[in-house]
Amino acid sequence: MNTIPIEYYLLISAFMFSVGVTGVLIRRNAIVVFMCIELMLNSANLALVTFSSFLGDPAGQVFVFFVMTVAAAEAAVGLAIIIAIFRNKLTVNIDEINIFKW
Amino acid sequence: MILEYILFAILGSVAVISSIAMVTRPSPVMSAIFLVLNFFALAGLYLLLNAQFIAVVQVIVYAGAIMVLFLFVLMLLNTDSEHAILKEKRNLKFIGIFIAVLVFVQIGYIVFYSAPSDSVTKEIAESINAGKIETIGTELYTTYVLPFLASGFLLLAATIGAIVLAMKKFE
Repeated sequence: MNTIPIEYYLLISAFMFSVGVTGVLIRRNAIVVFMCIELMLNSANLALVTFSSFLGDPAGQVFVFFVMTVAAAEAAVGLAIIIAIFRNKLTVNIDEINIFKW
Repeated sequence: MILEYILFAILGSVAVISSIAMVTRPSPVMSAIFLVLNFFALAGLYLLLNAQFIAVVQVIVYAGAIMVLFLFVLMLLNTDSEHAILKEKRNLKFIGIFIAVLVFVQIGYIVFYSAPSDSVTKEIAESINAGKIETIGTELYTTYVLPFLASGFLLLAATIGAIVLAMKKFE
Protein backbone atom coordinates (compact mmCIF):
# COMPACT_ATOMS: atom_id res chain seq x y z
CA MET A 1 0.00 0.00 0.00
CA ASN A 2 2.18 2.92 1.23
CA THR A 3 5.26 3.64 -0.82
CA ILE A 4 7.34 4.17 2.33
CA PRO A 5 8.48 0.81 3.74
CA ILE A 6 7.14 -0.21 7.13
CA GLU A 7 10.71 -0.57 8.47
CA TYR A 8 11.32 3.19 8.37
CA TYR A 9 8.39 3.89 10.67
CA LEU A 10 9.41 1.08 12.99
CA LEU A 11 12.97 2.41 13.15
CA ILE A 12 11.75 5.88 14.15
CA SER A 13 9.62 4.20 16.80
CA ALA A 14 12.59 2.14 18.03
CA PHE A 15 14.82 5.20 18.11
CA MET A 16 12.30 7.20 20.14
CA PHE A 17 11.94 4.31 22.56
CA SER A 18 15.72 4.13 23.04
CA VAL A 19 15.93 7.89 23.62
CA GLY A 20 13.16 7.53 26.21
CA VAL A 21 15.12 4.76 27.94
CA THR A 22 18.23 6.98 27.99
CA GLY A 23 16.21 9.81 29.48
CA VAL A 24 14.79 7.64 32.25
CA LEU A 25 18.31 6.42 33.08
CA ILE A 26 20.27 9.69 32.99
CA ARG A 27 17.82 12.43 34.01
CA ARG A 28 17.39 13.17 37.74
CA ASN A 29 14.30 15.38 37.67
CA ALA A 30 11.23 13.25 38.41
CA ILE A 31 9.02 15.28 36.05
CA VAL A 32 11.48 14.90 33.16
CA VAL A 33 11.72 11.16 33.86
CA PHE A 34 7.95 11.12 33.64
CA MET A 35 8.03 12.95 30.30
CA CYS A 36 10.50 10.36 29.02
CA ILE A 37 7.99 7.65 29.93
CA GLU A 38 5.41 9.55 27.85
CA LEU A 39 7.92 9.53 24.97
CA MET A 40 8.23 5.74 25.25
CA LEU A 41 4.44 5.36 25.30
CA ASN A 42 4.29 7.47 22.14
CA SER A 43 6.87 5.37 20.37
CA ALA A 44 4.77 2.29 21.14
CA ASN A 45 1.75 4.17 19.77
CA LEU A 46 3.63 4.89 16.54
CA ALA A 47 4.44 1.20 16.11
CA LEU A 48 0.79 0.26 16.76
CA VAL A 49 -0.56 2.81 14.27
CA THR A 50 2.04 1.69 11.70
CA PHE A 51 1.01 -1.95 11.91
CA SER A 52 -2.68 -1.02 12.00
CA SER A 53 -2.33 1.11 8.87
CA PHE A 54 -0.21 -1.36 6.95
CA LEU A 55 -2.51 -4.28 7.79
CA GLY A 56 -5.72 -2.30 7.18
CA ASP A 57 -7.00 -3.35 10.60
CA PRO A 58 -8.56 -0.73 12.94
CA ALA A 59 -7.81 -2.79 16.08
CA GLY A 60 -4.35 -1.23 16.45
CA GLN A 61 -5.77 2.29 16.39
CA VAL A 62 -8.44 1.39 18.94
CA PHE A 63 -5.60 0.13 21.13
CA VAL A 64 -3.77 3.46 20.69
CA PHE A 65 -6.94 5.16 21.90
CA PHE A 66 -6.83 3.06 25.08
CA VAL A 67 -3.11 3.75 25.54
CA MET A 68 -3.88 7.48 25.40
CA THR A 69 -6.60 7.04 28.04
CA VAL A 70 -4.20 5.22 30.34
CA ALA A 71 -1.48 7.82 29.67
CA ALA A 72 -3.85 10.62 30.64
CA ALA A 73 -4.84 8.83 33.87
CA GLU A 74 -1.20 8.05 34.59
CA ALA A 75 -0.13 11.67 34.02
CA ALA A 76 -2.82 12.97 36.40
CA VAL A 77 -2.04 10.52 39.22
CA GLY A 78 1.74 10.61 38.70
CA LEU A 79 1.94 14.39 38.77
CA ALA A 80 -0.25 14.44 41.91
CA ILE A 81 2.20 12.00 43.53
CA ILE A 82 5.13 14.22 42.49
CA ILE A 83 3.39 17.25 44.03
CA ALA A 84 2.79 15.29 47.25
CA ILE A 85 6.47 14.25 47.37
CA PHE A 86 7.58 17.84 46.71
CA ARG A 87 5.47 19.02 49.64
CA ASN A 88 7.12 16.55 51.99
CA LYS A 89 10.74 16.69 50.79
CA LEU A 90 10.90 20.02 48.89
CA THR A 91 12.69 18.32 45.99
CA VAL A 92 11.87 16.28 42.88
CA ASN A 93 15.42 15.00 42.42
CA ILE A 94 15.08 11.22 42.32
CA ASP A 95 18.52 10.78 43.94
CA GLU A 96 17.16 12.37 47.11
CA ILE A 97 13.91 10.40 47.07
CA ASN A 98 15.59 7.20 48.25
CA ILE A 99 13.75 5.81 51.28
CA PHE A 100 13.13 2.50 49.50
CA LYS A 101 16.74 2.20 48.35
CA TRP A 102 19.03 -0.33 50.05
CA MET B 1 5.08 9.63 -4.54
CA ILE B 2 8.06 11.93 -3.99
CA LEU B 3 5.99 14.28 -1.79
CA GLU B 4 5.26 11.46 0.62
CA TYR B 5 8.97 10.79 1.02
CA ILE B 6 9.75 14.47 1.56
CA LEU B 7 7.04 14.77 4.22
CA PHE B 8 8.22 11.58 5.87
CA ALA B 9 11.84 12.80 5.92
CA ILE B 10 10.88 16.16 7.45
CA LEU B 11 8.47 14.76 10.05
CA GLY B 12 10.71 11.83 10.92
CA SER B 13 13.79 13.99 11.43
CA VAL B 14 11.80 16.50 13.51
CA ALA B 15 10.55 13.62 15.69
CA VAL B 16 14.05 12.18 16.11
CA ILE B 17 15.85 15.49 16.72
CA SER B 18 13.21 16.82 19.13
CA SER B 19 13.31 13.59 21.16
CA ILE B 20 17.12 13.89 21.47
CA ALA B 21 16.85 17.58 22.36
CA MET B 22 14.21 16.74 24.97
CA VAL B 23 16.55 14.37 26.80
CA THR B 24 19.68 16.53 26.52
CA ARG B 25 18.33 19.98 27.45
CA PRO B 26 19.06 20.65 31.14
CA SER B 27 16.01 22.88 31.69
CA PRO B 28 12.77 20.92 32.35
CA VAL B 29 10.68 23.58 30.59
CA MET B 30 12.74 23.25 27.41
CA SER B 31 12.33 19.47 27.65
CA ALA B 32 8.57 19.91 27.82
CA ILE B 33 8.54 22.25 24.80
CA PHE B 34 10.59 19.78 22.74
CA LEU B 35 8.25 16.98 23.79
CA VAL B 36 5.31 19.03 22.44
CA LEU B 37 7.21 19.46 19.14
CA ASN B 38 7.79 15.71 19.08
CA PHE B 39 4.06 15.07 19.59
CA PHE B 40 3.21 17.37 16.67
CA ALA B 41 5.68 15.55 14.42
CA LEU B 42 4.11 12.26 15.47
CA ALA B 43 0.66 13.61 14.59
CA GLY B 44 2.01 14.38 11.13
CA LEU B 45 3.38 10.86 10.82
CA TYR B 46 -0.03 9.48 11.82
CA LEU B 47 -1.58 11.53 8.99
CA LEU B 48 0.94 10.02 6.57
CA LEU B 49 -0.21 6.60 7.82
CA ASN B 50 -3.86 7.50 7.01
CA ALA B 51 -4.78 7.54 10.73
CA GLN B 52 -6.72 10.82 10.80
CA PHE B 53 -8.61 10.22 14.05
CA ILE B 54 -5.48 9.26 16.01
CA ALA B 55 -3.62 12.28 14.60
CA VAL B 56 -6.31 14.68 15.83
CA VAL B 57 -6.56 12.96 19.21
CA GLN B 58 -2.77 13.08 19.51
CA VAL B 59 -2.79 16.88 19.14
CA ILE B 60 -5.80 17.45 21.40
CA VAL B 61 -5.04 14.98 24.19
CA TYR B 62 -1.24 14.75 24.24
CA ALA B 63 -0.02 18.13 22.97
CA GLY B 64 -3.06 19.88 24.42
CA ALA B 65 -4.14 18.35 27.71
CA ILE B 66 -1.28 16.23 29.03
CA MET B 67 1.55 18.65 28.21
CA VAL B 68 -0.38 21.59 29.69
CA LEU B 69 -0.68 19.53 32.88
CA PHE B 70 3.09 18.92 32.83
CA LEU B 71 3.87 22.60 32.25
CA PHE B 72 1.50 23.62 35.07
CA VAL B 73 3.24 21.27 37.49
CA LEU B 74 6.67 22.55 36.34
CA MET B 75 5.48 26.10 36.96
CA LEU B 76 4.10 25.19 40.41
CA LEU B 77 7.21 23.34 41.59
CA ASN B 78 9.82 25.71 40.08
CA THR B 79 12.60 23.09 39.88
CA ASP B 80 16.21 23.87 38.93
CA SER B 81 18.06 22.91 35.77
CA GLU B 82 20.33 19.90 35.82
CA HIS B 83 23.60 21.41 34.54
CA ALA B 84 25.65 20.19 37.49
CA ILE B 85 24.12 16.74 37.65
CA LEU B 86 24.60 15.94 33.96
CA LYS B 87 28.27 16.93 34.22
CA GLU B 88 28.90 15.28 37.58
CA LYS B 89 27.65 11.76 36.88
CA ARG B 90 29.52 10.84 33.72
CA ASN B 91 29.46 7.10 34.46
CA LEU B 92 25.69 7.12 34.76
CA LYS B 93 25.43 8.94 31.44
CA PHE B 94 27.63 6.42 29.61
CA ILE B 95 25.82 3.43 31.12
CA GLY B 96 22.47 4.97 30.17
CA ILE B 97 23.52 5.62 26.58
CA PHE B 98 25.07 2.13 26.31
CA ILE B 99 21.85 0.45 27.46
CA ALA B 100 19.79 2.59 25.06
CA VAL B 101 22.05 1.71 22.11
CA LEU B 102 21.70 -1.95 23.06
CA VAL B 103 17.89 -1.63 23.06
CA PHE B 104 17.94 0.17 19.71
CA VAL B 105 20.20 -2.44 18.09
CA GLN B 106 18.00 -5.24 19.37
CA ILE B 107 14.77 -3.71 18.05
CA GLY B 108 16.43 -2.75 14.76
CA TYR B 109 17.75 -6.27 14.34
CA ILE B 110 14.28 -7.73 14.90
CA VAL B 111 12.70 -5.23 12.47
CA PHE B 112 15.12 -5.99 9.64
CA TYR B 113 15.59 -9.68 10.37
CA SER B 114 11.88 -10.47 10.36
CA ALA B 115 11.33 -8.10 7.35
CA PRO B 116 7.69 -7.19 8.08
CA SER B 117 7.25 -5.42 4.71
CA ASP B 118 7.34 -8.80 2.95
CA SER B 119 4.16 -9.91 4.70
CA VAL B 120 1.95 -6.84 4.13
CA THR B 121 0.26 -6.59 0.74
CA LYS B 122 -2.93 -4.68 1.57
CA GLU B 123 -4.69 -2.18 -0.65
CA ILE B 124 -4.42 1.52 0.25
CA ALA B 125 -8.24 1.73 0.47
CA GLU B 126 -8.22 -0.68 3.42
CA SER B 127 -5.64 1.44 5.21
CA ILE B 128 -7.66 4.62 4.69
CA ASN B 129 -10.81 2.83 5.86
CA ALA B 130 -9.06 1.61 9.04
CA GLY B 131 -8.18 5.18 10.06
CA LYS B 132 -11.65 6.70 9.68
CA ILE B 133 -13.54 7.88 12.77
CA GLU B 134 -16.52 5.84 11.61
CA THR B 135 -14.56 2.56 11.60
CA ILE B 136 -12.84 3.22 14.91
CA GLY B 137 -16.11 4.33 16.53
CA THR B 138 -17.89 1.19 15.34
CA GLU B 139 -15.11 -1.02 16.69
CA LEU B 140 -15.05 0.90 19.97
CA TYR B 141 -18.78 0.52 20.60
CA THR B 142 -19.13 -3.09 19.46
CA THR B 143 -16.03 -5.28 19.79
CA TYR B 144 -14.27 -3.19 22.43
CA VAL B 145 -17.24 -1.90 24.42
CA LEU B 146 -16.11 -3.51 27.70
CA PRO B 147 -12.56 -2.06 27.62
CA PHE B 148 -14.14 1.26 26.64
CA LEU B 149 -16.34 1.27 29.76
CA ALA B 150 -13.39 0.11 31.87
CA SER B 151 -11.28 3.04 30.59
CA GLY B 152 -14.11 5.36 31.64
CA PHE B 153 -13.91 3.97 35.18
CA LEU B 154 -10.13 4.25 35.07
CA LEU B 155 -10.36 7.96 34.24
CA LEU B 156 -12.88 8.49 37.05
CA ALA B 157 -10.61 6.69 39.53
CA ALA B 158 -7.58 8.68 38.30
CA THR B 159 -9.43 11.98 38.70
CA ILE B 160 -10.50 11.16 42.25
CA GLY B 161 -7.03 9.82 43.07
CA ALA B 162 -5.29 12.92 41.75
CA ILE B 163 -7.57 15.21 43.76
CA VAL B 164 -7.10 13.17 46.95
CA LEU B 165 -3.30 13.08 46.55
CA ALA B 166 -2.89 16.75 45.72
CA MET B 167 -5.38 17.97 48.36
CA LYS B 168 -3.36 17.05 51.48
CA LYS B 169 -2.39 19.99 53.64
CA PHE B 170 1.19 21.17 53.93
CA GLU B 171 2.83 19.95 57.13
